[in-house]
Amino acid sequence: MTGFGVEVRDLTARYGSTTALDAVSFEIRPGAITGLLGRNGSGKTTFLSVLAAFRRRNGGTILVDGEDPWENPRIMGGTCLIRESGDVVPDEAIKENLSFLADRRPHFDRATAEALLDRFELDPDKRPDRMSRGQRSAFGVVVGIATRAPLTLLDEVHLGMDAPARYAFYDALLADWIEHPRTIVLSSHLIGEVERLLEDVVVIDKGRVLAADDATTLREQGLTVTGPADAVDAFVAGRRVVARQSLGRTAQATVIGTQADDDARARAAGLELGAVGLQDLFVHLTDRGAGETADALTPQESR
Amino acid sequence: MFDGREPLYVQIADQIRQDVLSGALEAEEQVMSTTQYATTFRINPATAAKAFAELVDEGVLYKRRGVGMFVAPGAREKLRAERRDTFFADVVDPVLEQARLLGIDVDEVVARLRERAAAAAAAPAQPTTDTPQAGAR
Repeated sequence: MTGFGVEVRDLTARYGSTTALDAVSFEIRPGAITGLLGRNGSGKTTFLSVLAAFRRRNGGTILVDGEDPWENPRIMGGTCLIRESGDVVPDEAIKENLSFLADRRPHFDRATAEALLDRFELDPDKRPDRMSRGQRSAFGVVVGIATRAPLTLLDEVHLGMDAPARYAFYDALLADWIEHPRTIVLSSHLIGEVERLLEDVVVIDKGRVLAADDATTLREQGLTVTGPADAVDAFVAGRRVVARQSLGRTAQATVIGTQADDDARARAAGLELGAVGLQDLFVHLTDRGAGETADALTPQESR
Repeated sequence: MFDGREPLYVQIADQIRQDVLSGALEAEEQVMSTTQYATTFRINPATAAKAFAELVDEGVLYKRRGVGMFVAPGAREKLRAERRDTFFADVVDPVLEQARLLGIDVDEVVARLRERAAAAAAAPAQPTTDTPQAGAR
């Protein structure tokens, strides 16, 4: 099993007069861990809900493993969406929930689920509606991993989990995915924590796709330039500058897009170049207060 | 670990090159697998695989099918030769540039180098790496 691939073309979803997804197009590679990054209200959850056939689209096409997921038993049976709530039966004990999943999910692995319950210190006799928020989230993670669906969608599942639990989640996800490769879409606000897990990244903002690329390529697009203000200005002239700070005569500019001779030019001009982490890149791309409208990074290079 | 500007796979490759240069990884020694790398450093295995692919292309590592990745015979000598070629441009020239900015005379720099070299000759060199890479077995 390598997992379901996803192909989205001009996908549109509306709630009344609100357009949650505005003709977005991109692909999700089968068998990869893709990060879905976006601010609150950006359209992430709407996208995942359409992908899981929890809600109907208003336009465009969406193909999961080559087929429309809407009312499609094969695709829906192979897709597992875990939302913040955990998407479990709240008033049945954890062990009953597991039996229910074992009946309905062909790849569900009960031994894995039980090992993960231990790891997260969850009591199998407890009901999800009587657990803390962090425990409910952890149980959502257990279900998401142990279901081993060819398309596993984890939507902000870490909410309420403390740092040790989140790291246990990342470790468990990676370890299980290495043994059983499948398509995983992970949405999270904690970009710094998850970025190294991600092979590909899709950035959504206001219902549009700002970037869809592999994480390495995306990361390489951002560059900070630090040094004497005039030298910095000369270096970034004509380039897309998303942030600029100055302290006395020293300035730092953040640009999007690198050039082959950047290192040589920087050395000659006495400037220092730095990396822009995925988190900072995300903030720059989606910061609506920055004055510049966030336009798409690589609109046609979406994969 | 791995916090530099270079892409993560480049940093991983550099770390392995460094371990080969220092002797922490010897010829024919097995290196950590991509999955061991991934789980140890909590990174996507594809990232580690990319670093390994680069090192295989360079002839630093080679793959034994079904067994894993190993340090190629002669990898250390090869890396040393390459590093020697770029040592003066990458290491010595920036030192001189800094010395000039600080008003330090070249003779002072040379004297310091001779002093350190004499001290190093008196005490045998130790391997300088203690990264988990060395403990792959």
